[in-house]
Amino acid sequence: MKYKSQQIAWWFFALSGVLLLLQITYGFIMAFAHLGYDGLHDLIPFNAAPATHKNLLVVWILSGFMGAAYFIIPDEAEHELISVPLAKLQFWSLAIVGVVAVIGFHLNWWEGRKFLEIPRPLDYLVVVNVLLFLYIIIMTLWKGKKRTTTSLVLTMGLLFAALLYLPGMIWFDNQTMDSFFRWWVVHLWVEGVWELIMGGILAYLLIKLTGVDREVIEKWLYVIVGLTFISGILGTGHHYYYIGTPKYWLMIGGIFSAMEPLAFLGMALFALAMYRKGEKRHPNQIALNWTLGTAIISFVGAGLLGVAHTLPAVNMYTHGTFVTAMHGHLAFWGAYGMLVLGMITYATPLMTGRKLYTAPGASYAFWLSNIGMIGMTTAFAAAGVTQVYLERKVGMDFIDTQQAMEVHFLVLIAAATLFTVGIVMFVLNFFKYGKPTDEALERA
Amino acid sequence: MLSKNQARTFFLGGTVVFFLIFLGLSWHTLAREVPKQTNAQNLTESVIRGKEIFDKNNCMGCHTIMGEGAYYAPELTKAYERKGEAYLKTVLTVKEPWAPRGRKMVAYAMSDQDANDVIAFLKWVGEADLNGFPPKPDLQSKVPVPSK
Ligand code: HEM
Ligand code: HEM
Ligand SMILES: [Fe+2]
Repeated sequence: MKYKSQQIAWWFFALSGVLLLLQITYGFIMAFAHLGYDGLHDLIPFNAAPATHKNLLVVWILSGFMGAAYFIIPDEAEHELISVPLAKLQFWSLAIVGVVAVIGFHLNWWEGRKFLEIPRPLDYLVVVNVLLFLYIIIMTLWKGKKRTTTSLVLTMGLLFAALLYLPGMIWFDNQTMDSFFRWWVVHLWVEGVWELIMGGILAYLLIKLTGVDREVIEKWLYVIVGLTFISGILGTGHHYYYIGTPKYWLMIGGIFSAMEPLAFLGMALFALAMYRKGEKRHPNQIALNWTLGTAIISFVGAGLLGVAHTLPAVNMYTHGTFVTAMHGHLAFWGAYGMLVLGMITYATPLMTGRKLYTAPGASYAFWLSNIGMIGMTTAFAAAGVTQVYLERKVGMDFIDTQQAMEVHFLVLIAAATLFTVGIVMFVLNFFKYGKPTDEALERA
Repeated sequence: MLSKNQARTFFLGGTVVFFLIFLGLSWHTLAREVPKQTNAQNLTESVIRGKEIFDKNNCMGCHTIMGEGAYYAPELTKAYERKGEAYLKTVLTVKEPWAPRGRKMVAYAMSDQDANDVIAFLKWVGEADLNGFPPKPDLQSKVPVPSK
């Protein structure tokens, strides 16, 4: 690591790890509630749990992206961040807004709009926070010696992500319009601009870990993010089938969203090809595991499991069931969770100057969390298919269906336990490295 | 072979073209079609207040509506049609958690007025044209009925 200001990334990564653990806790609360154990109901009513689970998810991923940007941009631009105190301020304000939002959820202070539960007044603080972040990144890039494709794609993704947050803040009286714009945030984030961020971070990691020529990697980066937008923008239509919007979206959404896996397939093939091609054997093999892992699992979770319910005739029956939750888990984990953990795994030894990546814990963390998550996905799939058939196809009552699904939640909890052991090991490992040191500068 | 410049043009060109198409379609959907399909003329003050109450209490944190939300409690799109006004009123106004089949709802103990607004909102949602959602159970007729 060359630039001292890159050390700020450590704080964002630490926040990511802590919030991930907290997110998982709420996952267990929901899984037990689905089994009939809702002892916490008076303290944490069920609806507080998904709001917390999903918002913590978004915040730890965003915190990971921000940490990644603070680490990558100085390195790519060959320039220190323009201001470390400002970056620290941005970090603390992010952490505080996140904590206040989560506490608010437990006090009935929220908006019941899935993924966008943060109440409007806090939204404005989020906007200010993100503007500050973008200012630091863009100015650093501006003043830097180089503006590489990797850094531009990453920055463009972050900028667009901020812009797309805004339509989610408009108030509509009509539920359909409300939902229409909710998808501008949720869909155009995960199946659009976040893929730019993913592409940028992935390209950076591949350049560093495989030693393949930058020009080759960056050319394919453009192709992949091109595919993302060509399919993903109109692919938004797969959320406009059954919410009071016209029928032409069935056709448009069906066709374009069915092409969305191409971008993820592109990322997987790209990562594997660069891995094969690379001559360098970077000592941090576990970071390479995460990097190849994110490219492959995102294709399975987002690409394959996404396309599984994206055609209108299928989605008619699976819309709003545990089939959606099955896909949501593996997609988020594969594309963005593993990506952030991969970035942390790559950057931590460089920031701290210690090389714990040969410790067995790092390897167990990788395998346990992934095997656990695949088990969870399978449990959600079993629950989802049961629900679709009993409730939607046969017409059984809601609660009778839920009772028939209970066994799958037992399996979910078992698999989630494996997953959690992996994540706990990951976070412990991260903290074992200690804080960044100045001795680590230059040495890498 | 594709050059890096061509790849960049593919990315920028594709993005701009498809984003413009998307904007055009969105405008058509929102300005022309949604008002018709959702009976926007029936968005009375009561319906709008109902939506606010629905939002404020994060009902979507347990239920789905138009297929969106959480999966802990029943789909509400057709709740008005399925359960009727009196039933919904009881659920919203009782002071103990509503749990006829074991799974607890939050006891909102709403005022008469608030409950009526939420019910008006649910009635409005139920009347929107959702292109056939929620589906009719298509396998029900195939379940054999044992002869007595
Ligand atoms: C990394 C990328 C992706 C992530 C993180 C992701 C995540 C999610 C999440 C969390 C939901 C539920 C949203 C809500 O109800 O508010 C969802 C819904 C959906 N996703 Fe994805 N997704 C990704 C990519 C894809 C792709 C590539 C496809 C299609 C090929 C797809 C198809 C769908 C469909 C059809 C739904 C709607 C399900 C329903 O009707 O209930 N997703 N996705
Ligand atoms: C111990 C681990 C976890 C458990 C037990 C768990 C459990 C659950 C449950 C039961 C729900 C559905 C609640 C409902 O609507 O009734 C849910 C929703 C969700 N979880 Fe998790 N979760 C865990 C970890 C994760 C992780 C690591 C991620 C992301 C990487 C994640 C992402 C999501 C998302 C996006 C949803 C919303 C899905 C949708 O509504 O379609 N969860 N989780
Ligand atoms: Fe989507």
